[in-house]
Amino acid sequence: MTDPYPEHMMESVRRVNATRDERKDMEFDRIPEEESDELLRQWHPDYRKSDAAFFRELAVGPAKGKIVPTEVANVLEAHPRVNPSDVDLSEVEYSTELLVIGTGGAGLSAILWANNEGIAMEDILVSTALRLGDSNSKMSQGGIQACDGKDDSPMIHWLDVLSGGHWTNDRPLARDLVEKGPLAIKWLESLGATFDKEQDGDMQLLMAGGASRKRIHSCKDYTGLELTRVLMDEALSRDVNTLEFCPTVSLLTDGSGAVAGGLLWNMETEEYHVVRSKATVIATGGFGRLHVAGFPTTNHYAATCDGLVSAYRVGADIIHMQSTQYHPTGAAYPEQIVGLLVTEKCRSMGAQLVNDDGEAFIYPLEPRDVESAAELKEIGEGRGITTPTGQDGIWLDTPMIDKKRGEGALEDGLAAIYRLFTRFGIDPTEYPVLVHPTLHYQNGGIAINRDTQVVKPDGSPIENLFASGETTGGVHGDNRLMGNSWLEIVVFGRKSGISAAKHAKKAKMPKKSDLSLAHLDKYSKELEEAGIETERRTPIILPNYLGENTMKATGYGKEKPFKRRLDLFA
Amino acid sequence: MSQNQEVEKKDQPESEMATIYIMGKPYEVPSELTIMQAQEYAGYRLIRGVGCRGGYCGACTTIYRKKDDYKLHIDLACQTKVEDGMYLVQLPFVPAQKPKWDLEELEATSEEVIRIFPEITRCVSCNTCTQACPQNLEPMRAIQAIRRGDLEQAADLSFDCISCGACSARCPAEITHYHVFQLVRRLYGKYIQPKAEHVAQRVGEIEEGKFDDQMDELIELPEDRIRELFLDVRAGNEFSLDQNSGEE
Ligand SMILES: Cc1cc2nc3c(=O)[nH]c(=O)nc-3n(C[C@H](O)[C@H](O)[C@H](O)COP(=O)(O)OP(=O)(O)OC[C@H]3O[C@@H](n4cnc5c(N)ncnc54)[C@H](O)[C@@H]3O)c2cc1C
Ligand code: SF4
Ligand code: SF4
Ligand code: FES
Repeated sequence: MTDPYPEHMMESVRRVNATRDERKDMEFDRIPEEESDELLRQWHPDYRKSDAAFFRELAVGPAKGKIVPTEVANVLEAHPRVNPSDVDLSEVEYSTELLVIGTGGAGLSAILWANNEGIAMEDILVSTALRLGDSNSKMSQGGIQACDGKDDSPMIHWLDVLSGGHWTNDRPLARDLVEKGPLAIKWLESLGATFDKEQDGDMQLLMAGGASRKRIHSCKDYTGLELTRVLMDEALSRDVNTLEFCPTVSLLTDGSGAVAGGLLWNMETEEYHVVRSKATVIATGGFGRLHVAGFPTTNHYAATCDGLVSAYRVGADIIHMQSTQYHPTGAAYPEQIVGLLVTEKCRSMGAQLVNDDGEAFIYPLEPRDVESAAELKEIGEGRGITTPTGQDGIWLDTPMIDKKRGEGALEDGLAAIYRLFTRFGIDPTEYPVLVHPTLHYQNGGIAINRDTQVVKPDGSPIENLFASGETTGGVHGDNRLMGNSWLEIVVFGRKSGISAAKHAKKAKMPKKSDLSLAHLDKYSKELEEAGIETERRTPIILPNYLGENTMKATGYGKEKPFKRRLDLFA
Repeated sequence: MSQNQEVEKKDQPESEMATIYIMGKPYEVPSELTIMQAQEYAGYRLIRGVGCRGGYCGACTTIYRKKDDYKLHIDLACQTKVEDGMYLVQLPFVPAQKPKWDLEELEATSEEVIRIFPEITRCVSCNTCTQACPQNLEPMRAIQAIRRGDLEQAADLSFDCISCGACSARCPAEITHYHVFQLVRRLYGKYIQPKAEHVAQRVGEIEEGKFDDQMDELIELPEDRIRELFLDVRAGNEFSLDQNSGEE
């Protein structure tokens, strides 16, 4: 067999192989709190608040003065993509009770529950950037939390959610999350989702990192695929009205500040569609494809923060945006799969993180931020491995899994990971795989209240506008635990559908003559007054990977930051 | 822009280049790229034919031939490396109507599935679908399991299906496998797999308000008290608002 890695990497692999026996029964010390604090401060991108390359204070808009990652500031402090004078708002193509933007788990749940609440399917219009259901939701592997275990309760789940969020969560939102958890699972079960169960139907509950009870419900290691396709199939069976490849590029207002619909951009025919609606739900998901701090990402192609940008321009507050979740194990080799998730389960099953010298340098199950910082330190101090395309990484010693648990353990328990690497000629039962921290989850986002109404900084709602899912902030505080995000999109997606439906039933259809994009002109003026000169136009809809950009979306290290950092606007 | 530093070429060995033909037109691209990245490198701004970029959504089905190889290959553009001399085109869409159904009105039997998809009885067991599947599944076996009445096996065999349509694009019996499989899995999940009673029970308890008083009190507590309660439950103790921290 030929070696799966180039020779300079194989030399390192041999060092890893040589220490495997000795590492097998190695006892790790948990890292003391002062040391992990120091590690985070030195190496984690979130702790570089005063470094302008990483963070910037917003100079315009409702959250002016708040500190956000530079890439987020770049999309917020940019000109609207739409030039209001290019759009004829008197040509209203669709008038609808409800406009839903985005079709991940949150958008799909909103559609189905608005329909359950009495809004006819033909009165719901759906805007989505790619195909129906193409989203981060489809990519999740691990599972969904809910407190239906015998030794569990909403109180215990709530405490875990708060501990995960470093006690900064919106407490009532976190309460709604946990109290509706079992109902969310029951609903998915009734739609025919296949969960991993015992013979008698009991769920096979698993432990999530940071949780104090077994509470993860899974569908093999394709949980998101299974749940998303069930929701899609139900929506399609009810004749959902979707405009695919028609992202929303701006909200419309009625002149008084209330939202009156959306402006959609048909990417295929390159024309605008004006949509007037009584209520609008934003469910556009996260921001992985902004490559915050220069990191590769696990996210889907359209995860570009669009909904948040549009909401910001009509006055929405944003919260908890100063913290970002980097997953410690994104693939780093081969180039084709850089950034893709290598599930935490590998480490739960015994794989260790090992440096170029074959040394295991950290207990494999520290919190995600600590693991990521430890890897960045190894790389930054020269103990990482660099691939032929310039991507740095650390070994994840996957052969240890079979060594500890017996032959076949990896292939049985980690089918998606086995498939991911063997496709490229790397057998993870024989060779370690190369990983690097990867941008995984947008912790913060649009501020909402318990009815999922989008709110301004003073807490008052923006009329007719709702939001749910990863695009919102508050539920998870500064950090989310694995499995709580899928729970969030079902619980709050449902809530946003119900709230928007109730609202639409009472609301009047905005007058055609009132439809306006004046808020965009106002925003441009604010940019000008703040002295911001930029060519950038947002929302960006899709990242720009053309030409050389294909290969430079990644790379972070203390000595050589942004080695391959991508400018999406280039 | 100031924060955008140029690619450091010096510690990167030159990439080997490959010539690929996108719909017949030749392009020079680095040979370590996927088909998807190679198209972008060549200057195609992808709108269709891309979704997750990670092998989960089935949006990027691509057909190609290799140099000196008569065989027509079918694979995922985001998970397949380019090769020198590759001739390719993406299938942005595999046309297939999805019949609508109301699960509440169906029975979990193969007769029901065959009523909706009569064409599955025309399967000629050619196994082309299995050879086409980029997930290495066995769609033919799954179709045959349905015909035998074994919906559980069909659901299981098709579980990792990402609806890429590769099988359906090539099937001589014109079966739309992924729609068939979706129906079968939902019928299995809803009617054949037993329900989780503990879930329904907890939903009932919550709806009856069993936890309301405790939750009302809990969410108003100061942070240090909440931290104590967390440490208690983390240590495996039952939740109790009266409990003192540290007593196990
Ligand atoms: C690889 C991976 C693994 C994960 N694993 C887990 C896990 O095990 N457990 C867990 O709980 N969570 C997990 N997560 C997180 C979780 O999957 C997501 O947070 C969640 O699915 C987000 O759902 P959403 O509906 O808010 O957004 P998404 O699912 O991302 O959907 C957003 C939708 O909006 C569309 N869109 C974007 N911009 C526009 C626009 N301008 N106009 C119209 N539409 C637009 C998108 O195309 C998409 O359809 C994982 C995430 C990833 C990426
Ligand atoms: S069974 Fe068919 S649709 Fe499903 S993954 Fe395989 S080839 Fe694609
Ligand atoms: S390709 Fe069609 S006819 Fe051939 S085995 Fe598969 S399902 Fe049957
Ligand atoms: S883009 Fe989703 S499978 Fe290739």
